[in-house]
Amino acid sequence: MKNWMQYLILVAGMTSAATLLASGGLEEEGGRQMPVVNNSKWQAECSGCHMLYHPGLLPEKSWSKMMNGLDKHFGENASLDAATRDEVTKFLAANSADKQDNRRSKRINQSIPADATPLRITETRYFTAKHDEVSAKTFKRKSIGSPSNCVACHKNAEKGDFSESQIKIPR
Amino acid sequence: MRNYLILFGFVVSLNAFAATPQELIKQYESQAKQENTTFTSFSAERGAAFFKTERVHSDGKKVSCATCHTADPRNQGKTRANKVIEPMAVVANPKRFTDAAKVEKWFGRNCKDVLERACSAQEKGDYIQYLLSVK
Repeated sequence: MKNWMQYLILVAGMTSAATLLASGGLEEEGGRQMPVVNNSKWQAECSGCHMLYHPGLLPEKSWSKMMNGLDKHFGENASLDAATRDEVTKFLAANSADKQDNRRSKRINQSIPADATPLRITETRYFTAKHDEVSAKTFKRKSIGSPSNCVACHKNAEKGDFSESQIKIPR
Repeated sequence: MRNYLILFGFVVSLNAFAATPQELIKQYESQAKQENTTFTSFSAERGAAFFKTERVHSDGKKVSCATCHTADPRNQGKTRANKVIEPMAVVANPKRFTDAAKVEKWFGRNCKDVLERACSAQEKGDYIQYLLSVK
């Protein structure tokens, strides 16, 4: 009888441990990955020249600064009509890293000093720490281009999914 | 009935920017005549030269339309951020020059990027004429 009880407790313990592992452990409420977000103007206008960056990758102050300088957007003119610009700005602000519940957005936001307003995700402390094992030479490969081309290695980056298991660095 | 009206309004609004390259050329033609009283017609040859001619940008780099679109407009181009640009030549990409708002948006941006000024209606018409003429 006693052995039978011990066995039951062991099985129960293993099951709950497995469940905990499968659910990703003790997580903050928002999970690891950024939530799927949608806005047709954001999708159309912000992916014309580069991959679509999830709003949860930068805090509101960064998006706001960026959207106010679209005529000089990383050296290019990316002007929008006022109505489109305002709609996209609102959408980015509402879903920005400082408004997110997911762990990655929170950590990106925490890695930015209070007095800094980075426009490049690649300049955040979070990004540089996460990519310190990827050499500059690797980033320059023709199949990648630059560190700003997330989708080259994170195939679901445009959906806000940067999970480790999905990474594949192309030759 | 109300639903039909909404649907009708939607279809009309969708069509507001839909155009053919010929219609766009007509629009730029009337603009070109206003801008320049001696204007006669658009020229595919001038458009070809416009597309390929490099100039030195104030940032010191040489730049032309072909920098991103490649010298052969039947080819796919690439943005500076590594994104594919579908071909500009209508023969390779029939969707080109069928959306007036899109055409104006990109002329607005790219003329400033390449020429550091707005393009004239004549330059826009020449450009479209050239990209229609490529076989």
